[in-house]
Amino acid sequence: MATTGKVKGIIANLVIVEVEAAVSQNEICFIILDEVRLMAEVIKVIGKDAYVQVFESTRGLKIGSTVEFAGHLLEVTLGPGILSKNYDGLQNDLDKMDGVFLKRGEYTFPLDEDKLWDFKPIAKAGETVEAASWLGEVDENFQPHKIMVPFVFEGSYTVKSVAEAGQYKITDTIAVLVDEKGNDVEVNMIQKWPVKKAITHYKNKPRPFKLLETGVRTIDTINPIVEGGTGFIPGPFGTGKTVLQHGISKQAEADIVIIAACGERANEVVEIFTEFPELVDPHTGRKLIERTTIIANTSNMPVAAREASVYTAMTLAEYYRAMGLKILLMADSTSRWAQALREMSNRLEELPGPDAFPMDLSAIIANFYARAGYVELNNGKTGSITFIGTVSPAGGNLKEPVTESTKKVARCFFALQQSRADSKRYPAINPIDSYSKYLEYPEFAEYISERINDQWIPKVNRLKTMLQRGLEVSEQINILGDSSAGCL
Amino acid sequence: MSTKAFQKIYTKISQITKATISLHATGVGNDELALVNGKLAQVVKLMGDEITLQVFGGTEGIPTNAEVTFIGKSPTLNVSDNLAGRFFDAFGNPIDGGPKVEGTEVEIGGPSVNPVRRKQPSELIATGIAGIDLNNTLVSGQKIPFFTDPDQPYNEVMANVALRAKADKIILGGMGLTNDDYLYYKQVFDNAGALDRIVSFVSTTDHPPVTRLLVPDMALCAAEYFAVQKNESVLVLLTDMTLYADSLSIVSNRMDQIPSKDSMPGSLYSDLAKIYEKAVQFPAGGSITIIAVTTLSGGDITHAIPDNTGYITEGQLFLRRDTDIGKVIVDPFRSLSRLKQLVIGDKTREDHPQVMNAAIRLFADAANAKTKMENGFDLTDYDERSLNFAKDYSDKLLAIDVNVGIDEMLDTGWNLFGKHFKREEVSIKQELVEKYWPAN
Repeated sequence: MATTGKVKGIIANLVIVEVEAAVSQNEICFIILDEVRLMAEVIKVIGKDAYVQVFESTRGLKIGSTVEFAGHLLEVTLGPGILSKNYDGLQNDLDKMDGVFLKRGEYTFPLDEDKLWDFKPIAKAGETVEAASWLGEVDENFQPHKIMVPFVFEGSYTVKSVAEAGQYKITDTIAVLVDEKGNDVEVNMIQKWPVKKAITHYKNKPRPFKLLETGVRTIDTINPIVEGGTGFIPGPFGTGKTVLQHGISKQAEADIVIIAACGERANEVVEIFTEFPELVDPHTGRKLIERTTIIANTSNMPVAAREASVYTAMTLAEYYRAMGLKILLMADSTSRWAQALREMSNRLEELPGPDAFPMDLSAIIANFYARAGYVELNNGKTGSITFIGTVSPAGGNLKEPVTESTKKVARCFFALQQSRADSKRYPAINPIDSYSKYLEYPEFAEYISERINDQWIPKVNRLKTMLQRGLEVSEQINILGDSSAGCL
Repeated sequence: MSTKAFQKIYTKISQITKATISLHATGVGNDELALVNGKLAQVVKLMGDEITLQVFGGTEGIPTNAEVTFIGKSPTLNVSDNLAGRFFDAFGNPIDGGPKVEGTEVEIGGPSVNPVRRKQPSELIATGIAGIDLNNTLVSGQKIPFFTDPDQPYNEVMANVALRAKADKIILGGMGLTNDDYLYYKQVFDNAGALDRIVSFVSTTDHPPVTRLLVPDMALCAAEYFAVQKNESVLVLLTDMTLYADSLSIVSNRMDQIPSKDSMPGSLYSDLAKIYEKAVQFPAGGSITIIAVTTLSGGDITHAIPDNTGYITEGQLFLRRDTDIGKVIVDPFRSLSRLKQLVIGDKTREDHPQVMNAAIRLFADAANAKTKMENGFDLTDYDERSLNFAKDYSDKLLAIDVNVGIDEMLDTGWNLFGKHFKREEVSIKQELVEKYWPAN
């Protein structure tokens, strides 16, 4: 019997629930308001009171309303059919919702239950498997999508049988496993995973070293990012953060691109909806939308779901990484996510840190960036999540908590410059202020020596010095006039 | 909003602050409206049976035994075609002496549009002002503010834009308008014979500041009626959003919330986004375009209000006085319309993007020449010519009193290029130069 409770207090989207039995931190619950069920997440418990943040508007909610606890944390549904989907921050399939306006309390299943998938077995009867082992694969658009032993399975299992090649629905049993006690366990193509927990079913996570070409020349040449690397793009409004991210997501040589539009403009998301089905992936010749999933939690959608949206996106990326794929994850903008944290922290009346952000903001951002990375899977294959987040610093001033916290953890910094944007030169990346720590990695240098030549990195460094000198000279000319240039 | 006989009347107020009162009551919903001695109030916090109400008219003179009745719903507006041509206060009550509007009762501040049901904006809105049409073209479904110091004539520019925009309906949301400005809008719309397509919701400086908070939602609720039900193109004018944000900070302050940058509430971004994101192009043809005013203090766009606004809106139009010509211009450097590339050179003449960029580049050259001149360096012939060009460009195109069609703006641009520069100096594509370069 699931735990229930009653609403005791309401302050905007923070609701205090008096619970009758045990609840977990971050457990999901539903508040019953007439015919609709409002989804919420436990964020604090004091005595019998659970403080929950509601992912919807709480208009009209009354004291005494019934609350039903779901017994699980906020989780995503994983399985074939995620690519090309447009989700909201809670992984609701937006295309399945009727009507022009979003209805409160409407939740849609993120996968297609009736679609048939061409399944090919990988594992054989008698093999020993564990969580994240590959049992078989289906063709998702043009990507091989591995059907894995669910991540929540503990210990080792023996494969009793795997379904023959053929067409199956996601709910059909595709394998029967035997656990250590000798019980049969049936596995289908769907599994669930809590978004705030990293999927760590891999052997190890070495330092990344392979160049990831983004297709943006100034990045690839001067400040390259690697497969499994992290980077961030801070910039005042109008300097082209979103346009740059869209550019990278169009050109980058990734297998899968996941875009989290986190608290940004809806018309920008509409641009992706309109363009990506038409544009061609330069690497495979297929349509871009076939390798892309969009998490659209635009700025007017509920703020608590905005916080969840980046975690939803990261968890989907981790799922695909476990299949040995190269994922590019873009979050626009991580500042909106941080602001969502601030709004909740404020309502919880926590003591504020700098600029009223929560004290643990830095740690939250660091933990999130740490989920990206290049990994060696248990079967020897590799996969990666390259993460690039935008930051929208207040007033364009980089001395603010979100930029500073991000700078500590992200390895690439792509600085956008107002004056470049003003003179309509895009991407407005300043090559001098920007940096890539990967240029200092010996692993990366070795990789580049093999792929390009051993003079590449010294040449890049020389170019950077020349750009720096050029800037100094032009500043001197501005002060002393053209004639002074000769004396340098 | 008359009190019904069976409604429970509470008369024991437990706490009074400048903007809120608290009392014990049951069966009350969040956001619900109430009357406190006839003053409208809204539930902002429920804790057990203790209810906190925000009193829109302020709490001056409210006694601890005031009569409080709950209305059982959040703020609503009656929508129908009869809204057209009418003037309302922040609560949706007529202030033009006319009758109450009959229609469907709709809660204001309704749900968001599903992003996958939006259509990409593609209809150009012509205003006749070259600083806008040529350099920062507006598109239906766009949201864009004027960033302007309080001394600039932004209300006049807004009124002009509204009247020339050929929208089916114009909805004015006035927050903290002075009575003089309110009467100005009324008169301009009346003189233009446009009153029948105008709906106004106004909270003037005569009203308590907290009432401003209702104005944008009222205006957008009416806009959604015409855009969704009638498939009309609706233009919403919101002036002044800085005063709206000020009211947000007043309320959050009274509720003991910890302020973030510039004393603004931490939720400022979400609060503003909720309003601006109502701008939309619907697939069925209707659209809501929002043109707002955000007044600045000394041109400072790093203040929390313009800063958050800039991250939400699709560009901004920056007004400033050009000392060379003594007129107010739309600043080509600091202004931006993010949606212009959806229409320019496509819905407008082919040379539009190139003429626009060349002119701004030459204007930037003039700005550099000016700095050079001010620092006492010698000017080259090119510097002199770009300075002369800049003066002409400001006067004939950037000034806000310009009112011509886009083709004429482009022709003017070519004439100015021909007057001040050589063909190779404008860096425009050869074939366009050959086609459009003025004779002689």
